[in-house]
Amino acid sequence: MKVALIGNPNVGKSTLFNNLTNLHQHTGNWTGKTVDIAIGHYKDIELIDLPGTYSLIPHSEEECVTYDYVVNGKYDIAVVVCDALCLERNLNLVLQTLEVTDKVIMCVNLMDEAKKRSISIDTYKLSKLLGIPVIGMSASKNEGINDLIHTIHKFKTNPLTINYDNDVEEAIMCINKKTRFESIYSLMKDNNKEVNLIRNHLLEKGININEQIITKKNSITHSIAKQVVTNINYKHSIWDKILTNKITGIPIMITMLVSILYISIIGANYPSEWLFKLFDYLGPVLEKTLLSIHIPEFIVNPLIYGVYKVTTWVIAVMLPPMAIFFPLFTILEDLGVLPRIAFNLDGYFSKSNSCGKQALTMCMGVGCNAVGVTGTRIIDSPREKLIAILTNSFVPCNGRFPSLISVITMFFISRNIILKSLLNATILALIIVLGIFMTLLVSKILSKTILKGVPSLFILELPPYRKPQIIKVIVRSLFDRTLFVLGRSLIIAAPMGILIYLLTNININDTSLLIHISNFLNPVGKFIGLDGVIITGFIIGIAANEIVVPIIMMIYISNSYLIDITNLNTMKQILINNNWTIVTAICFLIFVLFHFPCSTTLLTIKKETGSIKWVLLSILIPLFIGIIMCSFVYHLSLLFY
Amino acid sequence: MLKLNELKKGNIGIINNIQCKDHVKVRLMDMGFNKGDKIKLILVSPSKTIKAYLIKNTLISLRDSDAKKIEVEEYYESSSNR
Repeated sequence: MKVALIGNPNVGKSTLFNNLTNLHQHTGNWTGKTVDIAIGHYKDIELIDLPGTYSLIPHSEEECVTYDYVVNGKYDIAVVVCDALCLERNLNLVLQTLEVTDKVIMCVNLMDEAKKRSISIDTYKLSKLLGIPVIGMSASKNEGINDLIHTIHKFKTNPLTINYDNDVEEAIMCINKKTRFESIYSLMKDNNKEVNLIRNHLLEKGININEQIITKKNSITHSIAKQVVTNINYKHSIWDKILTNKITGIPIMITMLVSILYISIIGANYPSEWLFKLFDYLGPVLEKTLLSIHIPEFIVNPLIYGVYKVTTWVIAVMLPPMAIFFPLFTILEDLGVLPRIAFNLDGYFSKSNSCGKQALTMCMGVGCNAVGVTGTRIIDSPREKLIAILTNSFVPCNGRFPSLISVITMFFISRNIILKSLLNATILALIIVLGIFMTLLVSKILSKTILKGVPSLFILELPPYRKPQIIKVIVRSLFDRTLFVLGRSLIIAAPMGILIYLLTNININDTSLLIHISNFLNPVGKFIGLDGVIITGFIIGIAANEIVVPIIMMIYISNSYLIDITNLNTMKQILINNNWTIVTAICFLIFVLFHFPCSTTLLTIKKETGSIKWVLLSILIPLFIGIIMCSFVYHLSLLFY
Repeated sequence: MLKLNELKKGNIGIINNIQCKDHVKVRLMDMGFNKGDKIKLILVSPSKTIKAYLIKNTLISLRDSDAKKIEVEEYYESSSNR
């Protein structure tokens, strides 16, 4: 049996789905989280979790997915999950679904929260009025779930039908599509001769058909809600006042994000070190094993010093910070803080013809640009979504912070210990601010040129704060985000490992190919204040930003595999021996911020936009900015030295 | 008669009319903005260009540029009713 789950965003639909199926699938207290259709099984029931939608008249891409499935999908029962705290609005979706199919079960979720606020809902009466089974439920506490299963197995309905005014009914008859819903939908949405004729005819009588249809449903939901809900009240949260306050709001949000970032960077050091030690120990063991089963050396060497070295490196530096950042971020998400951030920042983003949700995708981008790009699905307007995708790599991700921090520490920090971390943080903050500034500027330019358009209607719900389910958060964000990204980057890192091995081990005229390449790129590098080695580092580092600095160091000390230099003084000496100056360091920092997204992000952009054109643009725009800024800084510095 | 964006913080209005393109209107109505409904301004964002309103027991934020399309009549709760 196939059961489709439908519901407004934030009604706990995904919680119900997860509890039934035990599938690791993300739930977040954030508008429209589950984007792809998720499928799970409970015994003989197949459950389909559809993206949250406010209405079957879709407004965003996500809602189109739900609309399409509800209307065209093959399912036996549609379960509409509703929020007990705002039943009236949720009933609208129930009525719309009832127009498509009469096989509907209504679940009133969050009954526990309603009870806490002494709101009571008469589900028995509701069921009588609608003519369908209605189940009270607290999905997070597993209450009511058995009732639902029971009802699905013994399903019977006799649903109410919505009769519109005579004029509208006549119009529906006139259109005469396969189903009543199709006719109604066609009347509301289609733009053909037949429909326009009917609409205009009614308009002459002073009847706006869309308004009539919605108003009719609204009067039904209103009257039903009045009969079954008692003591409706809204609990104002003191946090809303603090988080959206003019003075405290934005500083609190910045503090939250900075602390999360700080915890993930500092906290990641230890597990990273352990992983390095583990892989360093396992490497030789693996090598011996492979040799002992008579695999020839020319195969073992590229595998161990190429593939193994690079992939384990990526795991060791990438996994820990993401495994800390994303669970923390997901807790903010589950709490319901993110929509408030979007609310606070929308004003600044609307000036760039974008929207506040872009700020959230930027926050996710700090964790990982690939996740940030996926996160742009929360943006309703396709135009604004593309802007957010193209500019996402302007915020430095976890993978770039270590490079930024180590170069800042080496070149800009004096020996004074007290000022050291403060100064370090200030310079880092300046770099991030530069990234944000560029995001806004480029968004504005894009919206005036290739992505021209007016801001679309922007509606943002601020759902009530909810207690996050911490264990589930950690497990799910680990699976859904961290391992997802790690998987994608390893796909690229493995072949890149072989490439690096070949480039360092194939010699022409006693010099490795890698050196030839970096010599070849040297004039280009020099022109923008860097050198050929750094450019080579960035190009190979397209596999993962984490390996840019290790590759540069590897070439400088003519090593044939990646090497971890933990001592910053040694590292600085090597850089200075290779003609690094403070200007090189500045240009390097700029280029870290503006070059091209890593291969994982590029793959994700391809997947999200489906077009190679946007992938190319997402490479060219930051690269162009990086080259202009670096060469400007370098040539300006030449005037002074 | 006021435009929704002119409503003062904490005040309640009753929606009278929505004047905009049909697809925007359909959306607003689907989100609960219906004629005769009570709406209360709860939060104003730091930039003052987007505000959150309580409607049908949910908190929905709208930009002023969208809110000005909604006409409301100011509503005064009598003290005995509270």
